[in-house]
Amino acid sequence: MKKENTYWNTNLKYLVLLLSIWFMASFGFGILFVDALNEIKLGGFKLGFWFAQQGSIYVFVILIFVYIYLMNRLDAKYKTKE
Amino acid sequence: MELQYWIWIAVGISFSLYIGIAIWSRASSTKEFYVAGGGVHPIANGMATAADWMSAASFISMAGIISFNGYDGSVYLMGWTGGYVLLALLLAPYLRKFGKFTVPDFIGDRYYSNYARGVAVFCALIVSFTYIAGQMRGVGVVFSRYLEVDITTGVVIGMCIVLFYAVLGGMKGITYTQVAQYCVLIFAFMVPAVFISIIMTGNAIPQIGFGSAISGSDGVYLLDKLDGLHQELGFHEYTTGSKSTLDVFLITLALMVGTAGLPHVIVRFFTVKKVSDARKSAGWALLFIAILYTTAPAIAVFSRTNLIETVSNKEYANLPGWFEKWQTTGLIKFEDKNQDGLIQYVADPKINELTVDADIMVLANPEIAKLPNWVIALMAAGALAAALSTAAGLLLVISASVSHDLIKKIINPAVSEKNELIAARLSAFGAVLLAGYFGVNPPGFVAATVALAFGLAAASFFPAIVMGIFSKRMNKEGAISGMVVGILFMLFYMTKFKFGWFGGGTNEDWWFGISPEGFGSFAMLVNFVVSIIVSKLTPPPGEEIQSLIENIRKPN
Repeated sequence: MKKENTYWNTNLKYLVLLLSIWFMASFGFGILFVDALNEIKLGGFKLGFWFAQQGSIYVFVILIFVYIYLMNRLDAKYKTKE
Repeated sequence: MELQYWIWIAVGISFSLYIGIAIWSRASSTKEFYVAGGGVHPIANGMATAADWMSAASFISMAGIISFNGYDGSVYLMGWTGGYVLLALLLAPYLRKFGKFTVPDFIGDRYYSNYARGVAVFCALIVSFTYIAGQMRGVGVVFSRYLEVDITTGVVIGMCIVLFYAVLGGMKGITYTQVAQYCVLIFAFMVPAVFISIIMTGNAIPQIGFGSAISGSDGVYLLDKLDGLHQELGFHEYTTGSKSTLDVFLITLALMVGTAGLPHVIVRFFTVKKVSDARKSAGWALLFIAILYTTAPAIAVFSRTNLIETVSNKEYANLPGWFEKWQTTGLIKFEDKNQDGLIQYVADPKINELTVDADIMVLANPEIAKLPNWVIALMAAGALAAALSTAAGLLLVISASVSHDLIKKIINPAVSEKNELIAARLSAFGAVLLAGYFGVNPPGFVAATVALAFGLAAASFFPAIVMGIFSKRMNKEGAISGMVVGILFMLFYMTKFKFGWFGGGTNEDWWFGISPEGFGSFAMLVNFVVSIIVSKLTPPPGEEIQSLIENIRKPN
């Protein structure tokens, strides 16, 4: 029982961390702070515009693969067999 | 070679491929019919999910909508991809661990109530039907434009193909045809994008190309030039928004949560072997989707610039052939108001002489950029793949809802596996006929109801599933009242402002300036609040449910 609780709590910790990044990359950089970031230029892109139409999507993909990695490691630690 | 031959070849080859796969992978048990036997490889499942998810709207309409709305179009890009993060982190692994066939299955078991199951079936059917009607319509439009048959014939051909492999193959047949369809549609989407990117900026990667300098200019960035053109013609600057920040925020959220709550997407994660594969599938699915979604804004910029440069202040008599072809479909309209023989394309509706439908931007793009005929033929095959794969996935949700959730779980639990399979096939058949009918006679509200589908999914399924996993205290009273209030609230707002019921209203009457598209977020919040309050006032779920939740959360 104890062991399962730490597994679940670690999982929740990962979720909070990853979802905060999820929120910042899309709602933060792409929407709320878009005007401020548009002052900065990345090649031909205004940075806020780039986050809204490109950057946020790349971040999403990376987040899921990080979660896969973290959870596989966690599963291995608790030596689970499916 | 003539364009028409190329199109018949591209469509013919891709269709025989789908049919061949369907025969090879037909389903023989209910488990194969509903969840492909539960043994699909995560990468294959990722591709199938991507094809399932990317509909005619993603393939044909999205880049066009972004093209006309610039920054404001970002809501679709972020909304329809960000939902996968929620899926992978909050839903997919747990639902796979739960290990049944459908979303109403989970709701019905977790909330120990056939009422909850019934509400979920009702939502699944509404969401899926509004979606599938739009897909059949997309098939009809593509057929009529490219194969030069009328829309009705086009819809009927599409119906026969989908019927053949969905009814025969079930989820198993659909999954493997969707893998093929993903390959066709992504190839068709990328080829013209790469070509045009090279022509306009000298960069072969469209994602980088649209932020680069225009080739042959002295380092003038493409986006700066487009902003300049927009300013000249009186349009809103391309790279900044005209919608309110609150509305952009809420629409994006509603689309994300709606994506995560759509039954035909969720059900895909029941098809893999183990929980870790469900996470992997979500990752691969988003990667495959991201290829198209990061290319779409590039196509939007290329085609917008091309369009303005090709038509603005040009003589009508000297326009290229594609202009007239699309004019006959009614998707381009030109009226020479000041009779000077030139096309004035400006923001001011009093002077503007040209209207272009957003739907043609992707399909006409290769023609506008003067690409070879085989590329145009490829677009036709790709658009059909996108529409058919989504239609098939939705069809399966409908048939599973009827045969499994309604007949097996509510009406007649004693039904044999063989009869259940027959019922599943019959309901798929019935659903195709109904979808085909709506494809031929589209109700005027199709566009409005597709947005409604996201709002509905956000306002109903998402809170019920998330709280079913993350809260042990949530009980049937809370979940049912949350779902019912959420849906009704959403329906009320949409019908009030979209169809003018309950006294109607204009944009000025929107509550806090929230558009109906963004209201799903608000309705979702109401669902959460109602569920939590009601569950506090009623008894907690029993021992059995507690251990069911424990089990879903456990490493397995």
